[in-house]
Amino acid sequence: MPTFVLYGIYTIYPIVASYWYSLVEWNGFSSEQTFVGISNYQAVLVDPMFWSSVRITLVFMLVVAPLRIFGAFVLAILLNSPRMPFARFFRTVYFLPVVTTTAIIGVVMRFVLDPGSGPLAALFGVFDLPPVDLLGDSDTALYAAALTYVWKFFGITMIYWLAALQTIPQDVYDAARIDGAGGVRIFRHITLPMLLPFLLIISVLTVEDCFHAFDLMQTMTAGGPFYSTEIIEIYIYRWAFAASIPQLGFASAAAVLFGLLVLVVVAFQAWATFSSQRLQKGRA
Amino acid sequence: MSTLTARHDADPRPGTRPPDREHGSPRGGRRHPRRRGWWVFAVVLAVCAFLWVFPFLWMVSASLKTSGEVFAGGLNLVPEAPQWENYVRAWTTGQFGHYLSNTVIVTVAVTLIVVVRCALAGYVVGRYRFPGSRLIIGIFVATLFVPTGYTIIPIVKVSMQLGLLNSLTGMIMAMAGASNVAAILIYAGYFRKLPADLEEAAIVDGAGFLRVFLRIMLPLSMPVTATVGILTFLTTWNAFFLPLVFSFSNPGLRTVSVGMQAFVGENSTDWPGMAAAGVISILPVVVLFVFMQKYFVEGIAGAVKS
Repeated sequence: MPTFVLYGIYTIYPIVASYWYSLVEWNGFSSEQTFVGISNYQAVLVDPMFWSSVRITLVFMLVVAPLRIFGAFVLAILLNSPRMPFARFFRTVYFLPVVTTTAIIGVVMRFVLDPGSGPLAALFGVFDLPPVDLLGDSDTALYAAALTYVWKFFGITMIYWLAALQTIPQDVYDAARIDGAGGVRIFRHITLPMLLPFLLIISVLTVEDCFHAFDLMQTMTAGGPFYSTEIIEIYIYRWAFAASIPQLGFASAAAVLFGLLVLVVVAFQAWATFSSQRLQKGRA
Repeated sequence: MSTLTARHDADPRPGTRPPDREHGSPRGGRRHPRRRGWWVFAVVLAVCAFLWVFPFLWMVSASLKTSGEVFAGGLNLVPEAPQWENYVRAWTTGQFGHYLSNTVIVTVAVTLIVVVRCALAGYVVGRYRFPGSRLIIGIFVATLFVPTGYTIIPIVKVSMQLGLLNSLTGMIMAMAGASNVAAILIYAGYFRKLPADLEEAAIVDGAGFLRVFLRIMLPLSMPVTATVGILTFLTTWNAFFLPLVFSFSNPGLRTVSVGMQAFVGENSTDWPGMAAAGVISILPVVVLFVFMQKYFVEGIAGAVKS
């Protein structure tokens, strides 16, 4: 019972309430809420900054998700081999960034990437390259942050793949080897087909994860420079909490649209896999 | 003849192998280069691993250097003389002692609440069929993907109405209350698989609902509890959005993740102090991870398997 109360207050209610707030004009302090219909949505939808933040969120996702999904796949294949020396140790090391506090990593990375005294600048100096201000340049900041995000959460995707690999029984490999299949053939004809169903769930989980980049973005770039890294969550935050006169109605409308966007992306992925699975079945 | 075979065996050229040795030799002959191939991978991975943890190494090293040493830059990780007062400064001036205690209070409380309520909910949902139980599971799954940015405004509003904004209790309630659907589903899946005789026997013996749950079900679910507990601990310790919003008007409520940003904002030139604060904040979770690795991995892998 307590669960349902808490769940109701903090999950269901907010989802419903967001819709209501998005329809009113409200600054959060006064109890005065004027019903304004869909004008908040109209305001959000014509705001170029909102569309810019949607674009940035999607670019961020398109950079991060493939790198994580395929990079972690390669790593997991290597670590899953019984012949790999120190596999356990490597797994621990590559997972380590996952457990650390994102907000603190964001701050630390700001210093690591600092063009003046950061270690990256020092590394560039070794090769006689001029230091670059990755986070200070609006062309590179998003990619620097995206790569940091890849690094930070790479381990999670790696564990997903390792779990998937472990579902393949060892007997199958042994049987194939007795039949004379080499490493490459085993990989192509056994490992890959058996992992295909996992590709969906892993990409849904990873892609969905890319929508939670607020901690890193807020501490690393706070959306700057010149709003070039302003993902939707930061956009919402800026209007709801960081503005001198909070526009909660406006921000709620943006939040509802954000929720819809996530839903659309997840639904699209589910649909894509579903139809590809049907296609395969049809062929077989 | 036997001497001849022996000589053939010693012959390193593969072409001269007699056909009857085909089955034994290739294994012996091929295993070595293969093995060496994996060692090449291992070296590559080791170099990458070093780069992977480099930011942490740099942080630890910077936390023990003087400001001058850090600003001089360079890749040298060993400080001239360890400067422990950086930690003292982060702990007192930077108030990280205070932030750390906030974080510990919030994290422990949230973890306890989440474990109890998710275990209960998972038990009910996984074990009993009642009208609407499928609907409830459906709603749970549907909210699995709701991002914090979406719910944050109403959560703040509710907390304000309950008079809980700007208090640790409010922060705890909001974090413990926010959807922990994944945990509930893990519990539900686990409880569903347990044999029914267990509680039937207990009910025959006259145990009530709560006693069955506390005495039989909860102890049986220890492995799940460890996983859920540790993952909740991790997410709560690392949470940023909610604590940030809840400590706007009361800096005394900051957790380490929020404190770090404030610290840098106020002392932008104190790199060693910043690094020390970072180490203080991250060390507890890293230690926990190293000792409890199995549960971390299982908890995350569970998402894929189910």
